[in-house]
Amino acid sequence: MGFPHKSHPRETPILSRYFGDAEARTLDGWKKRGGYRALEKALAMAPAELINEVKESGLRGRGGAGFPTGMKWSFMKHGDGKPHYLCVNADESEPGTFKDREIMRWTPHALVEGAAIAAYAIGAETAYIYIRGEFTEPLKMMNAAVREAYAGGIIGKNAMGTGKRIDVHVHKGAGAYICGEETALMNSLEGKRGNPRIKPPFPAVAGAFGMPTTINNVETLAAVPHILNEGPAWYKAMSHSSPKSTGSKLFSVCGNIARPGNYEVEMGFPFKDFLYDLCGGPPPGRRFKAVIPGGSSVPIQTMAEAEATLMDYEGFVAQGSMLGSGGVIVFDDSQCMVKQIARLARFYAHESCAQCTQCREGTAWTTRILERIEHGQGTMEDLDTLLSLSKNMTGTTICVLSDSCATPIVSGIQKFRDEFEAHIKGKRCPMGASAAA
Amino acid sequence: MGGTRPGGDSSHSVHTSDEHYEPVFVGEAGRELEELLTRYPTKMAALLPALWIVQGARGWVSEEAMTEVAERLSLTPAYVKGVVTFYTMYHQHPVGKYFIQVCTTSPCGVCGAEDTVRALLEKTGCGELGATSEDGRFTVVEAECLGACGFATPIMINEEFVESVNKDNVPDILSRLP
Repeated sequence: MGFPHKSHPRETPILSRYFGDAEARTLDGWKKRGGYRALEKALAMAPAELINEVKESGLRGRGGAGFPTGMKWSFMKHGDGKPHYLCVNADESEPGTFKDREIMRWTPHALVEGAAIAAYAIGAETAYIYIRGEFTEPLKMMNAAVREAYAGGIIGKNAMGTGKRIDVHVHKGAGAYICGEETALMNSLEGKRGNPRIKPPFPAVAGAFGMPTTINNVETLAAVPHILNEGPAWYKAMSHSSPKSTGSKLFSVCGNIARPGNYEVEMGFPFKDFLYDLCGGPPPGRRFKAVIPGGSSVPIQTMAEAEATLMDYEGFVAQGSMLGSGGVIVFDDSQCMVKQIARLARFYAHESCAQCTQCREGTAWTTRILERIEHGQGTMEDLDTLLSLSKNMTGTTICVLSDSCATPIVSGIQKFRDEFEAHIKGKRCPMGASAAA
Repeated sequence: MGGTRPGGDSSHSVHTSDEHYEPVFVGEAGRELEELLTRYPTKMAALLPALWIVQGARGWVSEEAMTEVAERLSLTPAYVKGVVTFYTMYHQHPVGKYFIQVCTTSPCGVCGAEDTVRALLEKTGCGELGATSEDGRFTVVEAECLGACGFATPIMINEEFVESVNKDNVPDILSRLP
């Protein structure tokens, strides 16, 4: 299958196999496709054994940071007498990223199953799936799947007849990018403003409701049943460059490209083939200019960097960026990079929770300076000011929203300095983009 | 003057108080809240869901509703207001029958989101962002990344997602609304 496009022969559709297949959304349909076999298997294993399987597979967090999933689960101390919680981060809000949306929209039971397995592994009886408020269709699908799973005895006080309790609740967010940050999500779940918390303590010690908590991304959890069904060696074999990056990964592709959508490839796939072959290259008559490969918070790549990249955690770093969330934003030669970077800064200024000065002030000031340059009113000193502000916005705040605003600014000035200078010297946007702003 | 800003005029204030407020959490909504409370170890955790129930029932969250929610969850009205104002999706004043959010973040921006916004403002008669049309049918706002970047430009009409909206199909999309 595949949605919105049929899977390309060079894709490896594992998570995306049933995208577009409405029958896979139902419990019966999911079971027919092998659903809940992995949960049954997991509940018969000891949690430590289960965690080892996931460790062995090499699975790393798909939300952005790439932390090893099995290791994260192993931080939860069984038998400490405290309630444990699993939080599922379904607050997908990183510009350019729309993969979790499709997982929840088409295969909601994959997430229920992955969440139930993870909850059991970390000794939690309760899992909260925190879904951003704007995701009305994924919310509807997840609510229906959870209801069906309860009714079918798969989750609840006697999960799959094992006597183990696993409750899964869907929690609807209310509009705030920052709630995708793990500790902000926990505050929001608790009924608070979504301000990130200072770490330590880390969530495994004191997370949701002050109790030991593990938080995992939707795509990470959706991969877990496959690992249990097919074995860690099978998963680990999907690795064509760095041995530290294994498995398949969903990449969301958007912007100026012939075929936007979600694509699933094995780790280490050549980015050049991905962009030109799978995604069909630039729109007719255009050339690619730049790519942000891992959601708006990672450094911008030039096309030379992008075309030399092998798509895995290490491969994107080696070519000046990061894999991040796998949200690929492509800009063609009709786009003004100054305008695009200014727009990204405006996004972060809007989304800053405002508790740290460097972020609250820095995101607003950089936005104003960038918009000034875009409109032909900038000076050469503005570039130094932007770099100086960016430096002070990096590594100085409670969470990394501020760093994320600085990242496209710094990489943009480094890699597309001529465009900035052309705006300043010519006192106008050379592409005429500012007229439309 | 009544509720929301008439199109093209932002000088009138918007009201945040509902003079004829009737409690929301009676009957079915009350039972729904009781069920919600069983899902969390604290009452406070039911705050966001409770506010969603209010907005579902009334279309917005008035000062009076915040007070009712505060009482039900043993919080102060000031605390509830602090939470309501943090999030973008709770309406603190009445909005048009169709509340339209348009994604204008970079990925949609490079695919013509600005033109989509202009077409929506013109065809709905709203004139400016955040204003409600004279007939009370529409309010159009910009949203930051709606998480559907591959389907640029996505818009939300109340709870309904519409993908691949552009300046040319705006009239057709609007004409389908009852």
